[in-house]
Formats: sequence, structure tokens, C-alpha cells
Amino acid sequence: MSATTLQPGFADPVAGAQACFRAVLDAMARPGRIHEAGIGLEPPAPLAPATAAVLLTLLDYDTPAWLDPAAHAARDWIAFHCGAPIVTDAAACGFGVALSLPPLGSLPAGTHEAPETAATLVLQVTALGRGRRFRLAGPGLLVPAILAVDGLPDTFAAAWQENYALFPRGIDIVLCAGTSLAALPRSVSVQEA
Amino acid sequence: MRDDAGPHEPHAARRRWMAVLARADAGDIATLLERHAKLPRYTRLRGPEAGLVMVRGRTGGGGAPFNLGEMTVTRCSVRTEAGQIGHAYVAGRDSRQAELAAVVDAMLQDPAQTFELHAKVIEPLADKQRAHRTDIAAKAAATKVQFFAMRNMRT
Repeated sequence: MSATTLQPGFADPVAGAQACFRAVLDAMARPGRIHEAGIGLEPPAPLAPATAAVLLTLLDYDTPAWLDPAAHAARDWIAFHCGAPIVTDAAACGFGVALSLPPLGSLPAGTHEAPETAATLVLQVTALGRGRRFRLAGPGLLVPAILAVDGLPDTFAAAWQENYALFPRGIDIVLCAGTSLAALPRSVSVQEA
Repeated sequence: MRDDAGPHEPHAARRRWMAVLARADAGDIATLLERHAKLPRYTRLRGPEAGLVMVRGRTGGGGAPFNLGEMTVTRCSVRTEAGQIGHAYVAGRDSRQAELAAVVDAMLQDPAQTFELHAKVIEPLADKQRAHRTDIAAKAAATKVQFFAMRNMRT
């Protein structure tokens, strides 16, 4: 455990986790809406406050986490605060933590008998609310919503449609940038706008 | 509890001082610290927070594991300004004890302070705990009954 990188978690673990859980819940229910999370949190590099808050809220010793190589610097922090076992095989994870889009097919998409065993990808992007625009449609959206994300590759919409086609299987994504987050549940269709 | 840090137990010394701190009274730690050391500035990394820990045992000492029951444990982790990280897990709900124990654990990892702190804080605490144990053992020993009559009858 590196002495210089270990930072505190939520100042108030219960209230902090509850507030962030609510943000993730609302973000999943209304895809495309941007919520605030992780304000006041000082996470270790390279994690953004929102990413760190989502991890503190959702991960525990029951959820194997896979980290992409860029996120490995925060490994000790995640292990200490969340207690989550870190797995090297993405196909065995419950949560994926990535700073760039991994192949969506590499994460478990669940089975038809148990679609809830699919992974949730916590993806840190450059910014939400600006950059490439996507049109989202599906449950939770009366009219299609527009979500602008800076930091997703050109191929994202196509990759996501493959994941969307698996429904009710498929992974869910929580997009985090700075102190804001948005979610893409597997039930939402994503097209470039 | 052993003092020597053999190759198989690289953390024997730390394990010992953590054990002593976990059994010490918060007031005693505070008094000794006040007298002999300056508390460093530190950041709380986690806690102090109380929770339950499942205590497990093995049937017959080496058989199948079983859950004995839950006990209350308070834990705390701190980082001092110098960068040392201290941890404490103590039985009960005394968050002040957990925090002080974590701070002392961090301070003891600073090679410049280890020796003095060990002599002036850990040893007095260990002595007190030893005296307490001996006292209880003596009181218990005084109530020991020798069943001479039964033994004589059987032999």
C-alpha cells in the first residue's frame, strides 16, 4: 500500500453513499440526464470525483472489480475503501472501471436466466454535456434525449447497438466526468445525433 | 506475543504493539502520549466506525469451521503528515481508543520514533495489561479447590 496515494473516502460514508446512490438510480431511470456526484471528494489520480463516488457507493467485497490498465494507479485506494476483490479477467467482473472504452463484449453480459449478473461499466470520460452528441431513446424517455459526451470513440454508437441488441442481457454503463455522471442502461438505444 | 521478528513473521513487532494498543484503555494511551510524545497532524482515511465481525472457530480446535457469533469491533485508519499509515481494530465501541491506537500505530512506523515510543508508551501499557492478567489469575487461583477426598477415594 503506497503511503502517498492513499486518500480518504467520503467524509460522511453513509450520507455520501446514499446521495451518490440516489444520483446513480436517477441517472439509470432517466438516461441522458446529468447528475452531480462526488463533490468534495479528493480521489487519487487518475480517478475523477464522480468516478470515485460511484465506486465507493457500489463496490464491496461481493463485487469483483476489473480495472483497465490506466486505472491501476487507484488500485490500492479501491481495495482499501471498497474491499472489492480485483480481478484481472474482465469476463469475471461485476464492475468494470475504465478510463477508455474497453470492448463491450469483454465484460460479462449475463445470461437469459440471470440477466442481473451482467457487469456494470464505470467509464470515466473527459466531459459530459459537451463533445460528441448522442440521441438516446427507450424506457424512461418520453421523447428521445440528447447526451453530449466528450471522450468516447467514433465507434461507440455501433458498439453500443450490439450491446443493446442483447437485451435483456447486456452491460450497463455509468459515465463519469469531473463531478457529474450520466448512465446508459442496457435498455436504451444510442444513435449519433 | 513475541518480541523477536523472525524471518517468518516480518510483522511480529507491529503485530505485538497493535495487540497491546487494541487492549489498552483510551485514557491510558492519551495520558502516556501527552507525557511523552507530540501527536502529529493526521488525516482520517476511514472511520473510526463500529461494525460487527463474525468470530469463527473450528470444532475441536482443528475441525470444520463454524460461526461462533458476532462481536462489535471499531476500526480506524489514519495517515500522518509524514505519510505513515496506521490501522487499528479494537473490540467494543470506543472510537477514541481506535483513533488513538491508529495514530500510535502510524507513529511507531516512523523509525526515528519507534524506539522511544515503544519504551514509553507500549511497554507501560503492556506492563499494565500483564499485571491485570496476573491479578485475575491470582484471584482465580485462590478459589481453586483440591478435591482430596474424592481423589483419595478413587485411588
